Amino acid sequence: MSDSPIVNEFNQGPISCHAFNGDRTELAICFNTNVVTIFRKSGASWTQTSTLVEHDKPVTSIDWAPKSNRIVTCSQDRNAYVWTLDGASHQWKPTLVLLRINRAATFVRWSPEEDKFAVASGSRCISVCYFEEDNDWWVGKHIKKPIRSTVLSIDWHPNNVLLAAGCADMKARVFSAFIKGIDKKPAPSPWGEKLPFNTLCGEFSNGAGGWIHGVAFSPSGESLVFTGHDSTITVVSPGTGDIQSIRAPYLPYLSVIWLNENQIVAAGHDCAPHLFERKGQQWAFSASLDAAVKKADVGFTARDTFRRMDSRAQSTTSTDTEVHTHHQNTINSIRSFSGTPEHVEQFSTSAIDGKLILWNADSISRGLGNLHL
Amino acid sequence: MCLENFSSQIAERHNKPEVEVRASKEVLLNPVVISRNDKERVLIETSVNSLRVSIAIKQADEIERILAHKFTRFLTQRAESFVILRRKPIEGYDISFLITNAHTEQMYKHKLVDFIIQFMEEVDKEISEMKLSLNARARIVSESYLSQFN
Repeated sequence: MSDSPIVNEFNQGPISCHAFNGDRTELAICFNTNVVTIFRKSGASWTQTSTLVEHDKPVTSIDWAPKSNRIVTCSQDRNAYVWTLDGASHQWKPTLVLLRINRAATFVRWSPEEDKFAVASGSRCISVCYFEEDNDWWVGKHIKKPIRSTVLSIDWHPNNVLLAAGCADMKARVFSAFIKGIDKKPAPSPWGEKLPFNTLCGEFSNGAGGWIHGVAFSPSGESLVFTGHDSTITVVSPGTGDIQSIRAPYLPYLSVIWLNENQIVAAGHDCAPHLFERKGQQWAFSASLDAAVKKADVGFTARDTFRRMDSRAQSTTSTDTEVHTHHQNTINSIRSFSGTPEHVEQFSTSAIDGKLILWNADSISRGLGNLHL
Repeated sequence: MCLENFSSQIAERHNKPEVEVRASKEVLLNPVVISRNDKERVLIETSVNSLRVSIAIKQADEIERILAHKFTRFLTQRAESFVILRRKPIEGYDISFLITNAHTEQMYKHKLVDFIIQFMEEVDKEISEMKLSLNARARIVSESYLSQFN
C-alpha cells in the first residue's frame, strides 16, 4: 500500500454520501441525485454493477451494514429503505421503513450490532428503527423531546444503546436508544446507568454556538467529539468531566472520525482532512493531512512569473483556479476504511467535487515528524 | 461561504434558500454590513444553505444615480444568465447576489468570492467612466449646439 492518498474520480457530479461494504470490495455512492449507485472493485478502478432507484428526492445518507450486508438509504423525500441482496438474482430488494417523519431524512447509521438503525430528520426528531418480526417490517420509535431543529448527524456508541446527535439548534446531545426486546441491559458507563428509551444523557454546546455538523464517539465510547459551524471541534469526556473546545483557524468541519483514542480526523469546507491529537490531557490541532501537495504545487519561479507577465500580460498563474488540495470542494463525509475502530489504518473521504479519496492513516502518523519541520 | 444541502423544516419535501424564506431562525446567521460610508455599503446575510450579498453602489449625484439604476436594471433583467444574480435587489441596496448550495457545488468557492469582489471593484469604475463619457458628450453636444448662434 503506497503512502500517498488514492484518488478515485467518478466525474458523475457531487458525491453527497458514500459507504463501503464489509470487505471493502463494493461501494455505494450517491451523486447528489435520487439514485444510489453500487460499484464493485475491479483492479484499481471501480465498475458500476447496479443502481438503487426508489427514492424520488436527493439521497442524503447511505450506510452499509458490514456483517449482515444490508444497505440503508434515506432521502429528502422523508423515506428510508433497507436494501437486501437477493442471493438468486443478485438484485437489491428495497423494504420501506415506517419512519413516521414528515420532513426530510438527513442522516442514517446502523447500530454496531446491526439490529437497528437511527434516522435523523428535519422534523426535529430521530427515528430509531428496528425489525418487527410479527409484522415483517421495520418500524421506528421517535426520540423527540429536547430537539429543537433539524438533526444533522448521528453516531452510535459501541454499546449499541447510546446515540449521539448533532443538531442545527447548536447542541450535541447523547440519547439512549434502548429498545426492549432487542437490546440487553447495557453495562453502566460514564454516560449513565439506567437508560430507558429517550433518556437524555448529555447536552453540550460549543461555547460560541454554531450548528453541530458532525458527531463521533471514541472507540471506547468514553468520549464524544463534535464539530461546529464556528470551526471548533469539542471533545467531551463525561468520565473525567472534561470538556475541551479547540478552535481551528480554518473553515468549519462537516464530518469527524476517531483514528484511535488519541487522534481525531475532521474534514469539511476547507477541502482537506485535519488531524487533531491528544498530548497528555490536552487536545490540539496537529496538522493538515493534505499539506504535502501544497509544497509540490508551488513550483513556479520568479523567472516564470516574469515571462508570463511579459508574454501574456498576466501576473497570476493560470493554474490558480484549482485549490492546492486533493479535494477541490467541500468534503462532506469521512469514514473509516480499514483497521479496527481502535486503530483505523485507512479512511475514505468523499466531496462535492466528485472525488473519493483513500488516505493512509499509518503513514500520516509516521510522516508527521517531517511535517512539523 | 460554507453552504450545505438543507431541506426545509417547515414545508414537506421543499428545499429552498433559507436566507430568502427566513422561516426557521436557528439556521440563519447574523448579517454583516461592511460600509465605507452611508452610500457605499455591502450587506452579507448567510444561512445554512444560501447566502445573499447586497451592494449599494456609490451615488454621489443625480447622474450617478441614474447611471447606477440603469446599469443594475440592465443586469437584473438578464439575471437568468448571470446565475447568482438576484432578480430584485434587497430594499435599500442596488444589486443583490443570491448564492445557494447548488452554486457552490458547481463552482469553485474562491472564484465566486473573486467574482463578487471584482464586480464591486469594476462597478464603481464603470459608473465613473460612464459619467465622464456622459459629461464629455454633453459638453460636445452643447458646444456644437451653441456654435450655431455664433
